Amino acid sequence: MMSPGRTASCRLLRPASWLSLLQGSQRSAGGAPRRELIKKHDLGKNELRPLYMDFQATTPMDPRVLDAMLPYQVNYYGNPHSRTHAYGWESETAMENARQQVADLIGADPREIVFTSGATESNNMAIKGVARFYQAKKRHVITTQTEHKCVLDSCRVLEAEGFNITYLPVQKNGLLDLEMLEACIRPDTCLVSVMTVNNEIGVKQPIKDIGQICRSKGVFFHTDAAQAVGKIPVDVNDWKVDLMSISAHKIYGPKGVGALYVRRRPRVRLEPLQNGGGQERGLRSGTVPTPLAVGLGAACSIARTEMEYDHYRVSMLADRFIQKILSEIPDVVMNGDLEQRYPGCINLSFAYVEGESLLMALKDVALSSGSACTSASLEPSYVLRAIGTDEDLAHSSIRFGIGRFTTEEEVDYTAEKCIQQVRRLREMSPLWEMVQEGVDLKSIKWTQH
Amino acid sequence: MAASTRSQVLSLYRMMLKESGRFPSYNYRSYALRRVRDAFRANRKVEDPKSVERLMEEGRQALALIQRQVSIGKMYGVQKTVVE
Repeated sequence: MMSPGRTASCRLLRPASWLSLLQGSQRSAGGAPRRELIKKHDLGKNELRPLYMDFQATTPMDPRVLDAMLPYQVNYYGNPHSRTHAYGWESETAMENARQQVADLIGADPREIVFTSGATESNNMAIKGVARFYQAKKRHVITTQTEHKCVLDSCRVLEAEGFNITYLPVQKNGLLDLEMLEACIRPDTCLVSVMTVNNEIGVKQPIKDIGQICRSKGVFFHTDAAQAVGKIPVDVNDWKVDLMSISAHKIYGPKGVGALYVRRRPRVRLEPLQNGGGQERGLRSGTVPTPLAVGLGAACSIARTEMEYDHYRVSMLADRFIQKILSEIPDVVMNGDLEQRYPGCINLSFAYVEGESLLMALKDVALSSGSACTSASLEPSYVLRAIGTDEDLAHSSIRFGIGRFTTEEEVDYTAEKCIQQVRRLREMSPLWEMVQEGVDLKSIKWTQH
Repeated sequence: MAASTRSQVLSLYRMMLKESGRFPSYNYRSYALRRVRDAFRANRKVEDPKSVERLMEEGRQALALIQRQVSIGKMYGVQKTVVE
């Protein structure tokens, strides 16, 4: 899959082997029987609920958001596209208000915001829409290996349609190599897609620099900012971003709604995925769910005012947590760059401990190993594989999420339990015993019986 | 209406804390208590009567919001979390 006339700096993983990793994990998520070590069970009536430390999977709704949404669920139930009566008008006003709130958060114009059903739909729209619109002249799309599954899967579909996709590798710290990106852009590249903050390891990509490169080369730049919007300052003009995906349920809003930012100057054209009555500038037909849109708007507006306060708190709690863990147990690796990250997403690998068993042992805390989308299969996460984590460390990684509602008590409790369980599991591990005795594990010859 | 006196501000503060403490959900309760306290603390030095009045109005609306959300929380009960 080497592009003709390119230098060796663009030599990359062959798509076949890379995609088979993805297919492997998808097959098990699909229909084939899969082993589940953590059995699903309903909480008994008097059982205490686990602490929620999985803020990257989803977030609880902020009470202020629910309060904004309820009137539109109860009394103001009109269709915002009804032009002939007050029910429609008040619904439309609410929807446009919400649009303004979303736009204000990212520094955009409200006419550039399209409401969708979530970041997955936004990603699909952006990637397939842009690629298909410009397919006459441009047949190349660039993305990274650590993107969300929906981005990678959309690219796979495009490949089947005859596009060339480049999946750029990332460095060991999870960041993209800017020179490699620049070298890979060809005259027929139409889109570059790089997520702002990774949902598994929390790494923050140099979006401003990538935007600069793409703008200078005349290539559209899409970023999946679902984990970043409302948590770190985002400005689509400063960053020179042309398309941005937003998800409500990652920023304390309702599930089932998101938005796509589509730049108007210079104009980005999209082939719509969903056709119909021409709502949302023809890009996404269908009734806009007013209560959900209002919820997204409220979540964005709250995030805007609370960003500094939340960021300070999340950083403080994250430091507290990491300090506690690292000072008490050895052989813990934090995956992803230590500086360029969002503090609320902490992915730790505990050597000589199996991830699933640690999750089972920490049953009082809601955590995940790998992202929610991939935790069904027993394959280690492809993101960890992309940053070059050793097979055994990849299996023992857990993602801790800290958010607006996390308290010091929850962080302390989680750290305590984690330390306790890691020690206990290591006691039982023969590998740990060998390491303590000074055996170099890599020199062991494992034989089969 | 005359600008809010110190005692009115304190009274609003106390009412908000009391109402926040009635959230059934641990996370919402701890957040509301902390946020109310930090917001009042941050605005302690505000002198200009117009700003004070504006903040007081925001506070009263927030109090009404908390009251509504506390009721909703109580309607749909939930068990306690491990740290409680």
